[in-house]
Amino acid sequence: MNKTLLYAVLLIVTVVAPFMFPTFGTQLATLWLMVVVALTWDLTGGQMGYNSLGNIFFYGTGMYVAAVVTISLVYSVSDYTNAAGGGTFQFTWAQYLTGLALGSIAAGLFCAACAVIIGYITFGLRGPYFAIGTLGVAIAAGELVSNWDWVGGGQGIALPVYPGDLDQGKTVFYFLFAGLGVGLFIFLKWLYGTRFGLALNAIRDDEDKADGMGLHTMRYKLTAWAIAAFFVGIAGAISAFQLIHFEPLETAYQTINLGIFMVVCVLLGGKGTLWGPVVGAIMFHVFKEVTWNYFLGWQWVALGALIVITVVYFQDGIMGWLMRVRPEWFGVSVDRSGKAEAAE
Amino acid sequence: MSNIIEVSGVSKRFGGVIANHDISLKVKKGEITGLIGPNGSGKTTLFNSIVGFHPIDEGSITFEGSEISKLQVQDIARLGLLRTFQQTRIYGKMNCVQNMLISIPHRKAAFMDMFAPHSSADNEKALSLLEFVGLYEKRNLLGGDLSFGQQKLLEFAMALMNDPSVLMLDEPTAGINPTLINGLIDRLKKANEEFGITLFVIEHNMRVIMNLADDIYCLAHGEMLAQGSPDEIQNDTRVIDAYLGAH
Repeated sequence: MNKTLLYAVLLIVTVVAPFMFPTFGTQLATLWLMVVVALTWDLTGGQMGYNSLGNIFFYGTGMYVAAVVTISLVYSVSDYTNAAGGGTFQFTWAQYLTGLALGSIAAGLFCAACAVIIGYITFGLRGPYFAIGTLGVAIAAGELVSNWDWVGGGQGIALPVYPGDLDQGKTVFYFLFAGLGVGLFIFLKWLYGTRFGLALNAIRDDEDKADGMGLHTMRYKLTAWAIAAFFVGIAGAISAFQLIHFEPLETAYQTINLGIFMVVCVLLGGKGTLWGPVVGAIMFHVFKEVTWNYFLGWQWVALGALIVITVVYFQDGIMGWLMRVRPEWFGVSVDRSGKAEAAE
Repeated sequence: MSNIIEVSGVSKRFGGVIANHDISLKVKKGEITGLIGPNGSGKTTLFNSIVGFHPIDEGSITFEGSEISKLQVQDIARLGLLRTFQQTRIYGKMNCVQNMLISIPHRKAAFMDMFAPHSSADNEKALSLLEFVGLYEKRNLLGGDLSFGQQKLLEFAMALMNDPSVLMLDEPTAGINPTLINGLIDRLKKANEEFGITLFVIEHNMRVIMNLADDIYCLAHGEMLAQGSPDEIQNDTRVIDAYLGAH
C-alpha cells in the first residue's frame, strides 16, 4: 500500500515538475538523462560486476545514428555536412517527428548490436582490464568520428531545431527523457525479478562458479550490455535533438564528463540496487548544479572531492549503507519459525 | 554396472611440475567412488581436468561414453557432470534461496528462458533441499554471511538443485563440525540412493571415505598407486606408506 502511494506521488511529481519550475526545464530533463545512464550503467556495473567505462560510447553513437537517420530521410548527408551550416536545409514537422522517432529507435538498435559485437571481444577481460578496455573503445570511437568528414568531422553535426515554440520544445524533451527513465525503471524492476536478475548477480559474485553450474554466462553478459546500450543509445538520440548541435569529443563521446558521472551516480547511490542509481543521480545532479552555480572556478575541485570521498569512505553508497544498518528492511533475517533444525 | 566416467592415460603438467601422470580410473554409474591421496598428490588437478577447468596434455576422458576432454566447463556442467569446490564457492551477496533458484539445470535453456519467472515448483524444490541440508531457517541470509560449514552445505544443496547425474565432491567434510559429519555422510548416501546421483568424492577423512565409498582410488605423487574396496585399500601397505611418507 505504502509503496503504491510512493510510486503515485513520484509519478505526479514527475508530471507536474516542468510546469511548476518552468525555468529549470532543461535541468530537469538532464536529471532524467542522468537517471537513465546511471540505471543502465548499474545493470552491468552493479548487478553483473562488469565496470564499464565505455558506456558513453553508446551515448555518442546514439547521437550520430539519430542525426544520420534524420538527415538522410530528407537530404544527402554529405551535402548537409559539407555545407557546414551555410546551406538552407528545411525540415517540416512531419520530417522532424519521423526523424526523431525513427532516429531514436535506430540509435537504440544500432547501439545494442554494437554492444554484442564489442562485448563478444571485451567480455573476455575481467575487473579493471574490462574497465580500461571499454574506456579505450569510447576514446577511440571519439577520435575516429572526429576525423570522419561524412558526419562533420571535428566540427560536429547540427540537427534541425524543434519546429514549434521553443519553450514547448523544452517540455517535450523533458517528457521524452522522463518517459524513457520511467520506462527503463519499470523494465528493470521486472527484469531483476526474473531469472535474468539472479544470473547477473551470480556472475557478479562468482563467475567461475556460475560457469561450473552450467549457466550460459556469455549469453547473459551480452544481453545485459545490449539492453543497457539500447537505452543509452535512445538517450543519446534524444540528447542530440535537444542540443541541436553537437561535436564528437566534448559532447558525444564525452568520456571525462558524462562517462564518469554515470559511474559516480551509481557509487553514490549504491551499486547493485534498483533505487541506488536513481537516488545517486538526483543527488549528484543537484550537487553538480549547486557547485557550478555558487562555487564557479572550484566546481571541479568540489566534484573531485565528492568522488574521492565516495570511493574511499562510502563505497556501498546510500542504499548499500541502508542495507548494512537495516538488513531486516530488505528481508535479510533468520526465520526461527522454520520447520527444519538449524545447522551450526 | 556401466562406467559413467572413464579416465584413461590422463597427464597434466604445470611447467615442470607433473601434477598427473598417466592416470586411468573408472567411476561406476550409481555408486560412490572415492579418491584419496596425500596432499599434493594431484587429486584436485584430476577433478579440474575432468570438469574442463583446464585442458589436459594427454589422454582421454569420457562421460556417458562420449569424449569430454575438449569441452568447456559450462558444456560439461550442462551434460550433468557437476563438481563442488574445496574452497567453497557460493554466491556471497545473494540469499540462500536465490543461490538455490539460479542453480536450476540449464541443460535445455533457450534464449527466452533467461527472462522466465521463478516457478513455484523451483521454489518448493529450493526450500525442500535447504531443509534437507538443514539451512531452512537461514534461507533469507546472504550466502556470504553463513559460516564455512554452512556454506559447504549450501553448495551441496545447490549442486543437488542442478539434478546432476554425477556429482564430484572435493573434500565435502573439510571444515565441518565433527558432530555434523555423520549427518553429512547420511545425506551423501541419501543423495546417492534416493536421488540416484553417482558420487565421486575426494576425502582426507579416512573414517568418512571408508564408510561411504564402494570403490576407492589412491593417488600419490601424481600417479595412480592403488585401487580397490575400502578393506583392500586399508590393508594396502603402499597406501599406508604413502600416507606415512615412507617413500
